Amino acid sequence: MAEIIAGLTSSHIPAVGNAYARKLFDDPYWKPFFDGYPPVHQWLDEQQPDVAIVFYNDHGLNFFLDKMPTFSIGAAPTYENKDEGWGIPTIGTFQGHPELSWHIIDGVVADGFDVCTCQEMAVDHGFTVPVQLFWGDREENPIKTIPICINTVQHPLPSPRRCWEFGKAIGRAVASFPGAEKVVVLGTGGLSHQLDGTRAGFINKEFDLMCMDKIVDEPETLAKLSVMDLVREAGAQGAEFILWMAMRGALGDKVKELHRNYHIPISNTAAGLMLLECGA
Amino acid sequence: MSTHTIQEEIPGTVIFDGRMAMKGYALNKMCYSFNSAANREAFRKDEEAYMDEYGLNDQQKAAIRARNVLQLIDAGGNIYYLAKFAGIFGLSVQDVGAQQTGMTVEEFKEYLRKQGE
Repeated sequence: MAEIIAGLTSSHIPAVGNAYARKLFDDPYWKPFFDGYPPVHQWLDEQQPDVAIVFYNDHGLNFFLDKMPTFSIGAAPTYENKDEGWGIPTIGTFQGHPELSWHIIDGVVADGFDVCTCQEMAVDHGFTVPVQLFWGDREENPIKTIPICINTVQHPLPSPRRCWEFGKAIGRAVASFPGAEKVVVLGTGGLSHQLDGTRAGFINKEFDLMCMDKIVDEPETLAKLSVMDLVREAGAQGAEFILWMAMRGALGDKVKELHRNYHIPISNTAAGLMLLECGA
Repeated sequence: MSTHTIQEEIPGTVIFDGRMAMKGYALNKMCYSFNSAANREAFRKDEEAYMDEYGLNDQQKAAIRARNVLQLIDAGGNIYYLAKFAGIFGLSVQDVGAQQTGMTVEEFKEYLRKQGE
């Protein structure tokens, strides 16, 4: 059976895509951010996972307000990154795993999560930046991916608890897939940031560090937060933490924290990186 | 029950809910179209005609003409789509943040940095 071996979190800030393209790894502004990643690269080299399930949010590339699904699962053989309009370089095609996608879709719908299924899905920086940060150029690292998009654009957003439960349903589905795939689950986005309004630039280090601590052993505590708690404490776009909750749900009860990095600021955002290994 | 009645007030923050999504639909649809380079070019060539094509109301048109992010949000704009509008002018999220908070870009960047201390 397929097995989820770990969860990875990463910010998906678009400016990272530009910095990556310009190879600013040792630039003084960027170094404290990029320096967080090599320990995860080493772990990935050792573990060689086959599939990455990527919880992300679309920022107005694949979905518009005409149709705004709460949970969407990619079920395509490949996923394309496309022009987002403001200059981040597009990067190549990402490989999918449609058999596992459909198995997950069957599983979560049977479990009460009536998802939107996507046989075509353009993936934006929310997906591409973390995958690039962890695996670099896909030609060299052909990780198969399953993008799972959660609405963070238009309220009402699904609650932290709902996303946590959604992640659990995905974990159960993966565990019953008749294959030998080693799977990692990515929770992308966050941590605290706010782009819009007169509170733009708001960051909350204390709250972020609490979330990074609790998500390891006490996700139940975080599941008690509301979306409005997240907006108040982590900023309007800090509500993306629901994506981390979905990831955590997929990992099972016990995880071991192998690595973390936290840095303020990258762009307008507090950037959090974690590696959580399953079955501690 | 409408969605916004259950929301609390968070200072300096507009919750983009169904009410705002209806209010800003035309404006956001226009900004969403800026994913395409050809559409960005069409907007640059004739801004007024482009706004008319998408059916923006007077408030939305005025906010677009003013390049004013707070006015655009008030007119129903969602920041993810507005970012594509800002991108036409090469504005980053720090530029946009500075404009909304009344800081210079350098002041805004320093404000971000200090929160990491």
